[in-house]
Parts: sequence; structure tokens; C-alpha cells
Amino acid sequence: MTAAWLPITALAIALLVTVIIFALPEESRRLRTTINLLAAVVNIVLVTLMVRRVAAGYEDVFSFQVVGGVDFVLRTDALGVMFAGLSSLLWLCTTIYAIGYLEGSANRKRFFGFFSLCVASTIGIALADNLFTFLIFYEMLTLSTYPLVVHRGTEQALNAGRVYLRYTLTAGVVLLLGAVLLYSLTGDQSFSSEEGLGDYLNDHRGLLTLIFALLVGGFAVKAAMVPLHGWLPRAMVAPAPVSALLHAVAVVKAGAFGILRVVYDLYGIELSVELGVITALAVAASITIIYGSLRALAQEELKPRLAFSTISQVSYVILGIGLFGPFGTIGALAHLLHQGLMKVTLFFCAGNYAEELGIHRIDEMDGAGKRMPLTSIAFTIGALGMIGLPPVAGFITKWYLGIGAIQAEMYWVVAVLVASSTLNAMYFLPIVHRLWFRLGPSHGKGSWPDEQRLGRFETHGWLLLPMVFTALISLAAGLLAGLPFSPLDWATRVANGEYLL
Amino acid sequence: MIWRFGLFDSTFEPLATTHWALLTALCLPLLMGLLAALFPPKRVWPVLLAGAPIVAAGVMLLLAFNDAGLLRWQWAVADIHLSLRLNGLSVLLLLTTQWIGFAAALYTPGYLRLSDPGPMARWLWPLMGTLISALSLMWLATDLLTLYVALELMGLAAVGMLLLSGKAPALKAGMRYLLLALVGSLAYLLGVALILGHWGRLDLQGLAETIEPGPVAWFAAALMGAGLALKAALFPLHAWLSPVHENAWTPVSALHAGLVIKASLFMLVLLWSILLPDAFYASRVIAWLGMLAIVWGGLLAWRTDSLKTLVASSTVAQLGYLMVIFPLLLGADVAPLPRALAWEGFWLQLMGHAFAKAAMFMAAGNLILATGESTLKGLAGTSRRLPLSLLVFGIAAITLMGLPPSAGFTAKWLLFEAMIITQQWWAVAALLVGTLLTAAYIFRMFRYSFDESAPRQRYQPLAPGMDLIALTLALAAFALGLLAHFPLELMQGGGV
Repeated sequence: MTAAWLPITALAIALLVTVIIFALPEESRRLRTTINLLAAVVNIVLVTLMVRRVAAGYEDVFSFQVVGGVDFVLRTDALGVMFAGLSSLLWLCTTIYAIGYLEGSANRKRFFGFFSLCVASTIGIALADNLFTFLIFYEMLTLSTYPLVVHRGTEQALNAGRVYLRYTLTAGVVLLLGAVLLYSLTGDQSFSSEEGLGDYLNDHRGLLTLIFALLVGGFAVKAAMVPLHGWLPRAMVAPAPVSALLHAVAVVKAGAFGILRVVYDLYGIELSVELGVITALAVAASITIIYGSLRALAQEELKPRLAFSTISQVSYVILGIGLFGPFGTIGALAHLLHQGLMKVTLFFCAGNYAEELGIHRIDEMDGAGKRMPLTSIAFTIGALGMIGLPPVAGFITKWYLGIGAIQAEMYWVVAVLVASSTLNAMYFLPIVHRLWFRLGPSHGKGSWPDEQRLGRFETHGWLLLPMVFTALISLAAGLLAGLPFSPLDWATRVANGEYLL
Repeated sequence: MIWRFGLFDSTFEPLATTHWALLTALCLPLLMGLLAALFPPKRVWPVLLAGAPIVAAGVMLLLAFNDAGLLRWQWAVADIHLSLRLNGLSVLLLLTTQWIGFAAALYTPGYLRLSDPGPMARWLWPLMGTLISALSLMWLATDLLTLYVALELMGLAAVGMLLLSGKAPALKAGMRYLLLALVGSLAYLLGVALILGHWGRLDLQGLAETIEPGPVAWFAAALMGAGLALKAALFPLHAWLSPVHENAWTPVSALHAGLVIKASLFMLVLLWSILLPDAFYASRVIAWLGMLAIVWGGLLAWRTDSLKTLVASSTVAQLGYLMVIFPLLLGADVAPLPRALAWEGFWLQLMGHAFAKAAMFMAAGNLILATGESTLKGLAGTSRRLPLSLLVFGIAAITLMGLPPSAGFTAKWLLFEAMIITQQWWAVAALLVGTLLTAAYIFRMFRYSFDESAPRQRYQPLAPGMDLIALTLALAAFALGLLAHFPLELMQGGGV
């Protein structure tokens, strides 16, 4: 039995929600919230079904012909449903958070409309089975995030939006060129075909390398690899839920996911090694990791520090690919999920501090642990995870990456990992220290920049709940990594498919 | 090459109902237009009633084509043989014309009610009808004379429509357009005379068999090409375009940018593929001009402060895309595969642009009507108050930028493939640059609309359907991208 309806339904529901939200009037807040949450839950159910079917060995395909030789194909494969699972889970959390965060502000209809469009694109990216389909949703993601980035409509936000578009649209053009080159060389190349591009290696070595450079270069812009990362720190002017979405799920992850697809599913890891592009990728990722951490260290505000930390952390995924061994792959894939969970937690926390206490700078955070204990605990979990301390999820990835580096005999990578962890500790631990161990306004010393009481708990319930949830999952993903359907287990499953078939 | 236009003998006789459908498609727009001049419709429903049979006739012709393939009608009046033919391409262009014309007609009552057009407004209807009839005739014509009649009718109707608003700048721009259009017609007519004098026949099929390349053919092609390029606003003969749109009514702009200038381009491709079957330099020249058009039009649109000029300059740039493809369409040295790809991409781009540009002019018209300002700066705060108009503008813009999943994207994909196979890297570069330039001026416009610093308080409410009609057109351009397989299938083989 095939269930071709599954992938297309998941996508259609997200698109339908977008249409409904745009059609609803601005004032019907309750209905919009209900539809949003309902759709997010339905989506999780659908993705769960997909995961179960993939685990049972089925692959569901939906396809139709667009023009001669080019098909639109959605397929549920292990890597795809992994990304779809991440985005659908975090979609629910971020939606809940955004509803609380934007309480009473203007333009909410536009915000939630483009928000769902963003999620629809992410699902499309996850399930796309060829480069053409992937590109459709990839560009859709660019377009749907622009209104979110400029949401506040200030001069700064509009400038950030312009920079964002400059980077991403140029990258889109580069990608398109790479994709068409590949199509005119090989025809419609499915991600799930097992041949890879090996047949073309002898005659078209240079061209293949060029296409690889174009594709990976294009994706690297969204993955914010140095020196193509310039848009990311500026996009921080967007509201906190958008930052959470950009950094954890949608944009940077879509870039990293694209690189995964190119290396594993389009070229195949062996051909990539043969072409000699993999080492270049590992070096670029290492540079990004160190550079991002150094820049993060220099930031004095919370959100920019998290932003540069994202630049550094996403490149772990790329680094994992660069280790071209099973452990590196597992580390890369698991980190795709782990980083998403931890980063979304951190951004929720940053948003909560800003909303409840008006804190934007790190030196204002003294003693916040007493005033906002749950938020601070969540932040601490996220921060420890980012550094790579057990038992939080981040530890698992660093462990696997380390083993992968040693197996690949790339010892300098171990040095990069150690350096990065040290730097991570240097910019996260002072914050944790301030939160818990310094006396601040909650101890009667000074006052918060802009304190307000948003709810019965330490802050608004809508803001608190998703954050606690993601923090717990980040913890669980580390503690229970051995259980079936944990991120690590699924990453291993995908990696087995890649290496042992 | 010429067989792609369906210029060969068909085996099937049209059915009786098909005759009626043809008659309806050709004459009813004209008749309904005249009727509307006598009884100007104030509401949408009479327009809907009048337009429905025309659109139905188009669909019937499509079905007839699906059943029988190429269809041909022939008459002999005195010594002159007249004939019409319906192949896949003409069906597609006919449907495009009818749908955009229908949408523009539906849009018109609301627009006229809100914009206080003056006493001349009723004459918009017959002109619109004439325009649609003339265009339909043009897609079906098979000889130079019929083509000339259709071109002339279309041109005069277009000038008339543009003059209707009666404002002084509109009259000035309109007169300039009229003069240029007449010069264009004259050049075309000279070319026809040359051909008639030398080969003694005007039917395209016969000409394609008898014409041999040589100075006469080249000279005729140059004359006709120059005339048509002038009418199509091909770079560098585009200067009349922006002033004309600046002062025209919205439905007129939509029809003009969507269809009228495309018609001249259609004729250019058709005639050159007969007169210059293995042109090398002529098509190269057009392509180089096209590249300049992309850059120049893009820069114009990027620099301007007027919303309508932005949309109109964008047309100049987008026509450049079509011009860049000429070497692939006309050159003798092109392999069959890239030529087929380029052929499909060309028409897909043309149709997608027609829908998107019509939608964009309507959206821009709505924004101008609601804010009362025609500058980009006047858009501040509109993202909150006029989201639907902006959404339509945005969806149309996606097609123009060639981003997925629109017709512009699919067309660009096909064109890229053709260009890469033939290794025309400069054309690839031109299209890539064009994409970025388009994005630059489109998002410049959006940037103003997202500006919340000086939100306006008073907006004129729009008639309910006005945004929705534009939205339908914009979505049609979208659907054309994802479902491109179906229309393109019609064109394969040119009619068999």
C-alpha cells in the first residue's frame, strides 16, 4: 500500500492554513489561533505517520510532470522525515510562543500568514525529492521570511531585510544556475536514486566540481557559512519568534539540509571524496566554527551573541559531512536536530527576558535567575548543551564528531572541536554565572530596564510553556539518546542507509 | 521553423459548431463593445454576461483543436484567398487574450465608478472590444494582409484607449504613441509592398516555400522588423512606453502591457522565421539589444519614483528576456532539442508575463486609487491597510522575477537549459542579471510599503472585486508555472 497522499497532504494543510489566515480579518484573533494550533497538531500527526511508515520500510511518493523532463516530486525518506519532524515539532512550539509574544501588537495577520507559509516551505524542502522541487520551496522560504524579518517596519528592520534579500536572492540565482547545469548534464536526478553521478565522473570532472561549488555555495549562504554569513546577525532585529524560527528550523537549517542532500543524495559521499571537495567543505566549516565563536565572544548583547553562536553551531553539521565516515555523518545529522532544539530554547529565553524585564544586554542579566527561574533553567540547559556538556543533547553530537574525526585521521578537527567548545564555554558560562551567582535587581540591587508583569507565572504562560518543553526535549535527547526514535537513533538509521546499503 | 506556426495543410474539416465558435470569438467582442457604448454597464454582472460566451467560444476552440489538431478555414473573395488557421500556439494565445481581456473588462466598471473618468468613459468599451477582436484575428491570420489589418485595428484601438483619460499629458503621450505607431505601420506596409512586388503573393505558407534569402528578403525583414519593434517597445525604441502608461487608465494599461506589445513581438517572430530562416546576424543584434534592454529597463525601474513608471519600465526589461532568445529561435545552427526548449520557454515566458503584468498593473492601479498618490513614497503604511493589493503585486512580481513556482521560473528553467546546451553563456548571464535587477526594484517598492513611519489615515475603499480579479490573474501566472506541461503539450508539433 502506498500513501502518496501523506506528503502532499502535509504540504497542502500548511499552504491552506496560509490562505485561510490571509483571508481572515485582522481582528478574528481567536479563530486564527485555533486554526494555527490545530494545523500544527495535525501536521505533527501526519509527520508521525510518515516516520512510522518510513521505519516500516515504505516510501511514499507524490509526483507530476511540470515540463518535459522535469518533475515535481515529494517523497518521504528517512532524512526528509527527520527534517520534517523537527520543523513540525518546533512549528507548534514557536506558534504558541509567537501567539503570546505578539499579544496586542499590530499586523498579526500578516505575521502569521507568512509564518505558516514559511513552515509550508520547510515541509516542502524536507520532502522534496529532486533539485527542482527543492528549489521551489527553497525560494519560497526566502520570500516568506522577508516580511517576517522586516515585520517591525523600522528603518533598521527594513535595512536588515534588504541585506537579507541581497544575500539570499543572489544565492538563489547561483543555485538555479547550478541546478540547470546539473539537469542539462544528467536529466532529472532524483535524491533517492542510488546511482549518484558516478557515471559522469570521467568525462565531466571539472563540470561536476563547478556544479558542486555552485550548489553548495548557494546553500552556504542560508547556512550562514563564513564569509557568506553577513545577513544573519542583522536579521536579529526581527521579533524573537522569527529569530527562533530562522536560527533553529527554517532558514539556516534549510541551507545545511541542502548541503546534506547535495553531498549524500545527489553526488554520493564517495564521489564527493573523489572530487576532493569534501575536505574543502570541512576546512570551510572549521573556519566558520572558530570565526563565529570569536565574534560571539565579542558581542555585548544577547541576541547578536546567539546569532553568531548559530553561525558557529550550524557548521558542525557541515563539519560532520566533511569527516566522511559513519560517525561524522551521524554526528552531523543528529546535530541538525539537537542544535534546532537547543537554539530555539535559547531564543525563547532571550525573548522572555526582553519581554518581561526589558533585558537586551548581557551585563543587565545579573541575578535574573531568581526573578525568572524557569527561563533561567531553560537557558542554562541550552547553554550547557551548546558547550557540549553531558547529559544535554549537544554532548552527543560533539562526541560523535570527535570519534568521526579520529577515525578519519583528521586530528586537526579534534583541535577545532576543543577550541570551539572552549570558546562556547567562554561566551555562555559568564551569562549563566550572571544569571545565578550575581546579585541583581531581584536581590534589591538596581532595577530592570523595563520590568512588567505579564502573567501569573514568571512571565506569560504562552511564552513559558514552549520554552520549558523544548528545554526538556533537549535534555531528553541527550539522556535518552539510546532509545528508538530519539534523534541519535534516527540519525544512525539515516547514516546506515547511506553507508551500508 | 515555419511548421511550428501551423502553416501547412490540414486534413480535418472544422465542424459546424466550430465555425460558430470561431465567429463568436472573432466578432462578439466587437459587438459587445459597441453595445456597451450604447448602454454603459455600471455593474459587473452585465460584463460577466457579455464576456461569458466569448470565453466559452475560446474553450470550444480549444476542445476542437484537441479533437482534430490543426484547423483551417478558407474563403475566396474575388481574387484574394483569405484563410485562418488554428494551431496549438494560436489556441493558447487566443485563450490568454480572452482571459486577460475578460478580467480587464470585469475590472473596468468598479474602476470607472471610483475614479471619476469623465464623459469619454463609455467609449472605452468599443475600443476594448475592437482590441480583443483584432488580437484574436491576429493569432489566427495566415497572410500578410490580414495581419496588417489586425495590427492596424489593434494599434488604433490601443491609442484610442490611452487617449481616453483626456488629461493633457495623456494626450501628449498618446499623440506621440500614435505617430510612432503610424511610422511603425508604414514601415511594415513598405515591407509588405516589397514582398508583394517581388514574389507576388501574401499568404505565409506560400511565401515560406518561395522566398529565397537575398537582399530583398533582408530589406523587407529589416523594414518589418523595425516597424514591429517600434510598436512592441523593444529597446531602444521603448521611450514612448512609460509616459503612455503614466496617464492611462488601469484596465487600459493592463491590456496594453499584457497583450498589445506582445502581439507585435508575435508577428516579428512569425515573419522573421519566414523571411530570415537562417538569420545569424539579425537575431544576434536583437539578442544584444535584449541584453541592453534588461539592464536599462531594470535600471529605469529601479531609479524611478513613480509606481506606474516602475511597472512600465519593468515591461521594457522583461521584453529583453524574450529578445535574448531570438538566436535560439531563428538561428540555423541550433540543434533540435535546445530549439524546442527555447520555443516552449519563449511562449511560456510571454504568456506568464502577460498574466503577471496585467495583474501587476491592476494592483498598482488599486494602490494608486486607494492612496490617491502615484509615487512610491506614497505607499508608506499600505502594508497594513491594503494587504491584498500588495499581495497581488507580490505574486505577480514573483513571476516577473522568475522565482518558483511561477511561469517565469519554469520558462527561465527551459531557457537556461536551451542556452546551456548551446553554450550561450552571455545569454545565461543576461537572464541572471535580469533576475537580480527585477528583485532590486520590486523589493524597493515593498520596502516603501512596509515603512510604518508615516502611515496615512485616509484611504478610498476599493470595489470588492477589484483586488480579486487581479489576484486571479496573478494566480494564473503561478498555475501556468506548475502546470506548464499542459499548455506546452498543445504546442508540440505545431498543430498535429
